[in-house]
Amino acid sequence: MLSLIIFSPLAFALALAFGPWGGHKSARRAALVLSLAQAAFTAWVLWGGDFSAAGFQLQERLAWLPALGAGYHVGLDGISRWLVALNALLLPIAVLSSWNAVERYPRAHYALMFALQSMVYGVFLSLDMLQFYIFWEASLLPMYFLIGVWGGERRLYATVKFVLYTLAGSLLMLLALVWMAFLARTQTGHLSFDFLDWSSLAIPAGQQMWLFAAFFLAFAIKVPLFPFHTWLPDAHVEAPTAGSILLAGVLLKLGTYALMRFNLGLFPEAAHAFQKPVLIICLIGAVYGALMVLVQRDFKKMVAYSSVSHMGLCVLGLFSFTLAGEQGALLTMLNHGISTGALFLIVGMFYERTHTRDLSVYGGAVLKMPVLGLLFLPVALSSMGVPGTNGFVNEFLCLRGAFEAFPWAGAVAALTVILGAAYMLRLTQKVMYGPLGGAKMEALTDITTRERASLGVLVALIFALGIFPEGILSNTQPSVQAVLARLTPGASTPAAPAPAAGGEARP
Amino acid sequence: MNPLLVVLFLPLATAVFNRLFGARLGKGAAAGLACASVLVAFAFAADSVLGLAALPAASRQVLVHVYDLLDLASFRVGFDLLLDPLSGMMILVVTGIGFLIHLYAVGYMHEEDAGEYARFFAYVNFFVFSMLTLVLAANFLVIFTGWELVGVSSYLLIGFYRGKTSAADAGKKAFIVNRVGDFGFLMAIFLIWNAFGSLDFSAVLPHAAALSPGMATAVGLLLFMGAAGKSAQGPLHVWLPDAMEGPTPVSALIHAATMVTAGVFLVARCHAIFELSPLALGVVAWTGALTAFLAATVAMVQVDIKRVWAYSTVSQLGYMVLGVGVGAYTAGLFHLLTHAFFKALLFLAAGSVMHALHGELDMRRMGGLWRKMPLTCATMIVGAACLAGVPLTSGFFSKDEILLMALRGPHADFGLWLLGYLGAACTAFYSGRLIFSVFFGKPRDHHAYEHAHESPWVMGLPLVLLAVGSLAVGLLGLPGFLTHWQPFTDWLAPVFADLKAVPEASASRALVLGLMALYTGTVAVLGWIAWRLYTGEAAAHPADGEATSALHRLLWNKYFFDEAYGFVFVRALLGYSRWLWRWVDQGLVDGTVNGVAAAAQAAGDFLRGRVHNGRTRQYAAYLAAGACLLLGLALIYHR
Repeated sequence: MLSLIIFSPLAFALALAFGPWGGHKSARRAALVLSLAQAAFTAWVLWGGDFSAAGFQLQERLAWLPALGAGYHVGLDGISRWLVALNALLLPIAVLSSWNAVERYPRAHYALMFALQSMVYGVFLSLDMLQFYIFWEASLLPMYFLIGVWGGERRLYATVKFVLYTLAGSLLMLLALVWMAFLARTQTGHLSFDFLDWSSLAIPAGQQMWLFAAFFLAFAIKVPLFPFHTWLPDAHVEAPTAGSILLAGVLLKLGTYALMRFNLGLFPEAAHAFQKPVLIICLIGAVYGALMVLVQRDFKKMVAYSSVSHMGLCVLGLFSFTLAGEQGALLTMLNHGISTGALFLIVGMFYERTHTRDLSVYGGAVLKMPVLGLLFLPVALSSMGVPGTNGFVNEFLCLRGAFEAFPWAGAVAALTVILGAAYMLRLTQKVMYGPLGGAKMEALTDITTRERASLGVLVALIFALGIFPEGILSNTQPSVQAVLARLTPGASTPAAPAPAAGGEARP
Repeated sequence: MNPLLVVLFLPLATAVFNRLFGARLGKGAAAGLACASVLVAFAFAADSVLGLAALPAASRQVLVHVYDLLDLASFRVGFDLLLDPLSGMMILVVTGIGFLIHLYAVGYMHEEDAGEYARFFAYVNFFVFSMLTLVLAANFLVIFTGWELVGVSSYLLIGFYRGKTSAADAGKKAFIVNRVGDFGFLMAIFLIWNAFGSLDFSAVLPHAAALSPGMATAVGLLLFMGAAGKSAQGPLHVWLPDAMEGPTPVSALIHAATMVTAGVFLVARCHAIFELSPLALGVVAWTGALTAFLAATVAMVQVDIKRVWAYSTVSQLGYMVLGVGVGAYTAGLFHLLTHAFFKALLFLAAGSVMHALHGELDMRRMGGLWRKMPLTCATMIVGAACLAGVPLTSGFFSKDEILLMALRGPHADFGLWLLGYLGAACTAFYSGRLIFSVFFGKPRDHHAYEHAHESPWVMGLPLVLLAVGSLAVGLLGLPGFLTHWQPFTDWLAPVFADLKAVPEASASRALVLGLMALYTGTVAVLGWIAWRLYTGEAAAHPADGEATSALHRLLWNKYFFDEAYGFVFVRALLGYSRWLWRWVDQGLVDGTVNGVAAAAQAAGDFLRGRVHNGRTRQYAAYLAAGACLLLGLALIYHR
């Protein structure tokens, strides 16, 4: 089933690329139908499964390169479940956002989006680390083309920077992966790239440091953490709307997910050794990112830098090694995908109408677009972390986790509560309120039914997850607690993860 | 179903409905729905409070669990509501006065089109829901939720006129300044969580004594930081005067009667923590006293009538904070109650004047209006009398009680009393100045005067009811030497039963009567001075911006708080951020990245010349060498 989740979008991508949908109208219709079908199927698979216990479910294995100890191995747990769901959700939204914006090579555009979705599923579900690496690297390619072909004026600079930066980071990770495979051989007698094998290894603390650092660099660039963040604003500004939604919505989460799964899961002692430096980087990133948002003049750059701030908070929760912090971090991955996805969607709606992202042109948009005004507000409130919206729950938990670990960390991080309100309200006012900005504002038209639908779904989720966070937290908790248990000093010999519960291993 | 759920969620339901469909419903239906929901909520609230009163005094606590909010293994917190005498009093104020203000708004907002009208009522209903969440909270997470949501409704309503830059600026400022306070509140919540492992009031407040003195001081001061933001205490008061950009009913409901008292409510709710720390209580009391005095001095020179009432509100909130800061919780809350009536009345009356004069707010262009709008004039005089503390009005009793406690209570200090007394003198002066400038003397703007008219009954009725309420509510808390009938104190007694000594002011009857005589004399003298100054031919209003003295300039510019903050927090912070963006982000960080890339490219160009030279045989040799290397490595490791 999980394999179908991973590979059905790839099949759809091929079908879109070579199928009989020549015009952009038929292509977009086909893409929407296929993405909705894909989401429905994924939802159906995720619905089954029992998440009251930790451990991987629905596992599937195939021997692939037995000599190297690498195979095909996928599995799902409470942590990956919601990220998979997010990836399923955002594709139809991204397709809808390209509805009128993409008229050049529409089939290729939609096909690349599906290919990207497939690779991202692969990353979230892989339990074999060589396979993980392949999906990780392969996820760059569709985004490379999405930005490089459909992007803005400086698209080549941005996309090459994005790809090379990420590639450079993951090279060290590849070395670390090979190192781990050989380590597995010295301890178990055979080469292995399997995550479950790795989790039961006893890795000497000295080696953990190097391995941790190699993994961390790769993931920190992806997240991106300060000071590895400068590719992000460039990439976002040049990316088409769909590219931005998927980049912020799911691609950044690959980094935080991998930090949680691998850095914390495999190298607990190194994680403790690196805790304070990482927390400090996150604190700088969270506050610094927020200050950067305050002085941007470009609509999209503001949103991009706010991601730097929010992802800093996310990793801060992650490295608090507390239940509140971990749950908050996981929820941030999900909620940031929803609310920042919505923000980029809104930027796209404006850009389609005004063809500018320069904020000095904006003002008073709500007078022309009352429906957008209605939907914009919850998105802004979510980004500021106001209770009742999803953004509050994860921000509160991340701050709480940091405070529990080190009160100074929680206190510094909570400055973003003030700065976040300052930049988000500034953005809201600049775009929405005040007298109409000028001719471009005069010509604004309110959002269409299609736009209402895509934004409306995200706003509904913003409220649902804000009001009933337990719906998600209760079934991520066992898996998160399992990660924490490995981190807790004293439990130095990690318990092997529970064997596949209801797994349908195929030869 | 518990009636409290109706009280809480009915205004939310009508808010959502009106926001989504109200425009299509038409003005009458949208307003009717909004008013009806608050009226029904009031009825259910009264029913709940009567039910509470029927219980024995010691067990007047009703806990309602709505659903689980967070469950982190050993830590749980739910959406829990607590009805006790304190929250019972507050829900009656919020829904009761809230209803009257809704009614008034039906008339006041009638010139808006259907869409704006429905949006207005949706926001106000949403505010009622948020405020009820705040006061009914049974734990710190829910109270923080209500705390933030009233901030959001306040933001939306201050910025209600969306096309106005000043309105949007004011809303933004209010929210951000409040967030500064919320930072402290959040830290206090985390400290409480650390200390008690729970956020439930029932697990924290009765066991507050377990806190170490240092921790109690820290928690108290951080909680008060939140309270100071919401209740506009110096130095976080700067947002409230600007908040008058919102429609007048909003100023009355949110920025006078209810939301801004949340800080006082918070201190009263958490009194068990504050009582542990004389330092924290001292900070509360002195902040309140200074705010009460300084804001009153500013109100003496402002000429915009809503702005006078705004500074007056800051000042009166200072009295409430002073009250709870000297341990006179009941007195502080009594002033909260009386102020809710008379200040709502004063704002609504100001709105009525503004309505009559087509938006004019400058008292220098008014005068003699009592002939044109006698009802507004009479009710506003009642409100101003309460505010100034004219004997036998509710404000006289409540302010009196606070000042007495400041002088003779368990945490008394002569300095606190003196500031409070001087503030009261200023209050008498500015109240008189406003009333006399607006309604008496000769009309100064004849055109405006000719067109002035009394407001319709939907606006007049709330004025009358609030005026009656302003006078009657004083009966609930008459001075102790007059009567033993003390319904207000008795009602709240179970909430403050944990206080070691009942804060009975140790004052002789002679002192009490002497003080009353002093206050009465002060009010009379200053009222007379204001009458002389502002009803004559050439009323003593200096022209706009033309300061007559350094002192006047200082007060006219409100002690230059806005200018100082503008410089430090806005200009300096933005300048620093811009520097950071330019030199660190784009210069250092991104420069390094691009520098590395450029170096790599240069190296590549160099190698391309030497190695990548297009000779196929040489490529084949590289290929072979590489393969040998890999093979060798594999042989070494794969033994």
